[in-house]
Amino acid sequence: MSVLLKASRLCQRYTTGKKLFGKPSTVTAVDGIDLEIRAGEIVGVVGESGSGKSTLGRMLLGIEAPTDGEVLWQGALMPMPATPKWRALRRDMQLIFQDPLAALDRRMTIADQIAEPLEIHRLMPREQIGARVMELMEKVGLRADQADRYPLELSGGQRQRVVIARALAMSPKFLVCDEPVSALDVSIQAQVVNLLYDLQQDEDLTMVFISHDLKVVRNLCDRVVVMYLGRIVEEGSAEEIFARPLHPYTQALVSSVPQAGTGMTNRIVLQGEPPNPAARPSGCAFHPRCRFADAACKAKVPSLMRDNGRLAACLKLRTLPFQDEKQLTHA
Amino acid sequence: MSLVSIRDLKVSFDGVQVLHGIDLEIGEGEAVGLVGESGCGKSVTWLAALGLLPLKAAVSGSAKFAGQELVNAPRTTLETVRGGRIAMIFQDPSSSLNPVQRVGKQLIESIRLHRGLKGAAARVEAIRLMDLVGIPSASTRIDLYPHEFSGGQCQRIMIAMALAGEPDLLIADEPTTALDATIQAQILDLLARIREETGMAMVFISHDLGAVSAVCDRAAVMYAGRVVEQNGIRGLFESPRHPYTVGLFQAIPQLDGPRQRLVPIYGTVPDPRHLPTGCSFSPRCTSASDFCTSVQPGLVRQDDGCDLACFNPAAHAVVPAYGHSVKTTEYVR
Repeated sequence: MSVLLKASRLCQRYTTGKKLFGKPSTVTAVDGIDLEIRAGEIVGVVGESGSGKSTLGRMLLGIEAPTDGEVLWQGALMPMPATPKWRALRRDMQLIFQDPLAALDRRMTIADQIAEPLEIHRLMPREQIGARVMELMEKVGLRADQADRYPLELSGGQRQRVVIARALAMSPKFLVCDEPVSALDVSIQAQVVNLLYDLQQDEDLTMVFISHDLKVVRNLCDRVVVMYLGRIVEEGSAEEIFARPLHPYTQALVSSVPQAGTGMTNRIVLQGEPPNPAARPSGCAFHPRCRFADAACKAKVPSLMRDNGRLAACLKLRTLPFQDEKQLTHA
Repeated sequence: MSLVSIRDLKVSFDGVQVLHGIDLEIGEGEAVGLVGESGCGKSVTWLAALGLLPLKAAVSGSAKFAGQELVNAPRTTLETVRGGRIAMIFQDPSSSLNPVQRVGKQLIESIRLHRGLKGAAARVEAIRLMDLVGIPSASTRIDLYPHEFSGGQCQRIMIAMALAGEPDLLIADEPTTALDATIQAQILDLLARIREETGMAMVFISHDLGAVSAVCDRAAVMYAGRVVEQNGIRGLFESPRHPYTVGLFQAIPQLDGPRQRLVPIYGTVPDPRHLPTGCSFSPRCTSASDFCTSVQPGLVRQDDGCDLACFNPAAHAVVPAYGHSVKTTEYVR
């Protein structure tokens, strides 16, 4: 598979808390991420809030220019935001947000909203737009008689379908979904996840799926990236990463998912809070919450190590009790 | 002897009925889960029982707490029960706390109201409660404001505040929904531990079946303002009978086994203003018959102790001889 998007040493720093006479402080939201996204795959990005998932998604789309590092889109450098080249690229890449009601205009009918990107990019003559809107609505499972409804008249699942239809209007190549099903009920969530999967197959989309719901990510995504405090701590195929998590953080994350029908036994409950990006712990950022951490973890920042196509960043990979023999090489 | 006994509780807003007669018993020290999609009346049931709904809501039926009637009871009666004997925590902790008051002051306020402690004694009790819910260095952090705590810690403070009145019953309304997975596990652990230490009863309202199974003894599944199935956790999870419960289980993606396509429940939750005739679930149900669309099934106790409101329930799942997990794909329909 060809590489559609390649990010290297991607960093994003925000300056905050500038007081009247004080020094401004910097928060590193994303800290040196290397990621390759191949055409036609679904990459899941998981992590706690504040781990930089959404910031990464926005940089991959080029909505935010990285402070450091670069994003290559089909081998060419991502243009700076708000330039004509960048604007032309918008039709190839789209974003789906968590809260559909906030992403939709409450005073426009849904048909007008789905048509809007087609009008902006002038991809087809005006008289064909109506037919294209109907085609899109059918594709995402909305009825034709709902075309003249307003977002408030629809249910949460239907609103998310409108957002998806609008994102698909220009047949994009690349789609970033930022927590698209978190606000939906379980039964509706399954409908929307299946819809995204079918669309990805039919339209040959490449997708980045940002979510904190590990169960959805496992069943939808091909490859999963686990983020902790702006860095990738583990990467691998969805199947393997959940069956055999390498990094202690991933293990805790997988174990923290309450499984229907099982109690609280044998669970790794992480102590402590998700860390504050403004006060990053020294060494491995996870060490204050890690079961296996020692003095070395406090001092040295682990780099991503490769093991049979999987990547993990932990100093203890070789010595952890649950590991089998490892052939570690630097990534 | 049950602690809370709700009988035929009905609620309507502006003439639209949203609760259609809820019957629910909570025993002393029991943890009961209430499961269902948004808008099915999980929260309204308890808001109605505690007299917390706006005035335009018409509440009828009965909700007895230790023999005392709560529905349409005078405010003075309710105020001795609310906070003191029944405490409630909500989904969004940061909006339940007053942002311009120190958390210590808010905690001491509820200690003073429910326990009559004042001054230094109340402060010592507040610190003890913050320790109990696992807030590190409570004695120094008691004078901080809510925004100086993280979301998980704010929820811990809400739990501490609920425990201030030493309640007999804690109603936790989606207490972990707004939190990260790792923090959710911590809060579930905390609730289970506190229940063990204090022996209080708990109602756990959630749409997350996994979380419910982790902390509850028994669970009731609600749909469109009715309880459709009620059973012990083990019975409910091993052998769900109502097609809606079966659908809910199937809709949850699995973390083990082969990766597979999710199984949704088609359609959407009905609008309470235009409920379908007969069983409210019939338009979405795969095993609905003509009878289901004309007659509303009542909640009937089954031989195995499960309460069920369905004419065409799923067959009992066959429990395999080894282990007790039944894959959802193996349910016989």
